[in-house]
Amino acid sequence: MDVFLFYFFGGITLLAAIAVVALRKVFYSAVALIVSLGSLAGLYLLLKAPFIAAVQVIIYAGAIMVLFLFVIMLLDPFSASDEPDRKKHLKTAGLVLGGAALVLLFPMLKSYSLAMTPKAPDIMAQDVGSVAELARTLFREYLLPFEVTSILILVAIIGAVVLAKRKP
Amino acid sequence: MDVIHYLILSGLLFTVGAVGVILKRNFIAVLLCIEIMLNAVNLSFVAFSSYLGQVHGQIFVFFVMVVAAAEAAVGLAIAIAFYRNRNTLSVDDADLMRW
Repeated sequence: MDVFLFYFFGGITLLAAIAVVALRKVFYSAVALIVSLGSLAGLYLLLKAPFIAAVQVIIYAGAIMVLFLFVIMLLDPFSASDEPDRKKHLKTAGLVLGGAALVLLFPMLKSYSLAMTPKAPDIMAQDVGSVAELARTLFREYLLPFEVTSILILVAIIGAVVLAKRKP
Repeated sequence: MDVIHYLILSGLLFTVGAVGVILKRNFIAVLLCIEIMLNAVNLSFVAFSSYLGQVHGQIFVFFVMVVAAAEAAVGLAIAIAFYRNRNTLSVDDADLMRW
C-alpha cells in the first residue's frame, strides 16, 4: 500500500512539476504548481510528518500560491505568458544542462549506500513527526533561529511594501 | 519504502525546477520554478528526518518554508515594480541595474 501511494503521489508531484515548466501560460503553471505541492503533502504524510504536511497545504498551497495567483491576475493573467524566445540557444542550453544534471545525479544516488547512515532502531514505532515533539525541539533547541525568523519576515514585509509602492 | 526512492524523486524534482529556471522567460514563472526546487529539497529533508528518526529535518523544512514565503513576497513585489517600469514580465528585458 505504501509503495502504491508513493508512486501515486510521487507521479502526480513530478508530472505537475513538469507541467509547470511545460505549460505556456503562467496562470496554468501556477495552478499546476498547486497540484504538485498538494500531492507533496501526501508524500509528507507517508513519511510520518503530519505537521509538515498540514503546513505544506496551509502555507504553500494556501498562502504562498494565493499570493502568486493574486500577482499573476494583477499583472497579466494570460497575455504575456511566454513570448517567443529571443535567445533560442538558451532553450537547448537549458535542456542540455538538465540532462547533464540527471546524468551526474543518478550514479551518485546509486552509489550512495544507506549502510553509511546510522538508522534509528525502530522508526515507525516512535512518533518523531508528532506536533508535540516538533514543538519541543523548535522552542528549546531552535528558539533563537525561530525568533530571528520573525525579524526576517518583518524585513520581508517592509521590503515588499517599499518595493511595490507606487513612486510619487 | 526505502529512503532512496524519495531521494531520487527529490533529485528529479530539483532538476525539473532548475531546467525551468533556465527555460522560462516569464519573471513569475521563474519564481514558480524556484518554489519547485525549494520543495525538492524539503522532500529530501523530510525523507532523511523520517529515516533517521530525528525531528531536526522537519524543523529545517519549517524554516525553509518561512524563507520561501519571505522570498515569494519580496520577489513578487519586485515583479510588480518591474512590470510598472517596463510594462512586461519577460526576464530578457531585465537588463538594467538601475531604472
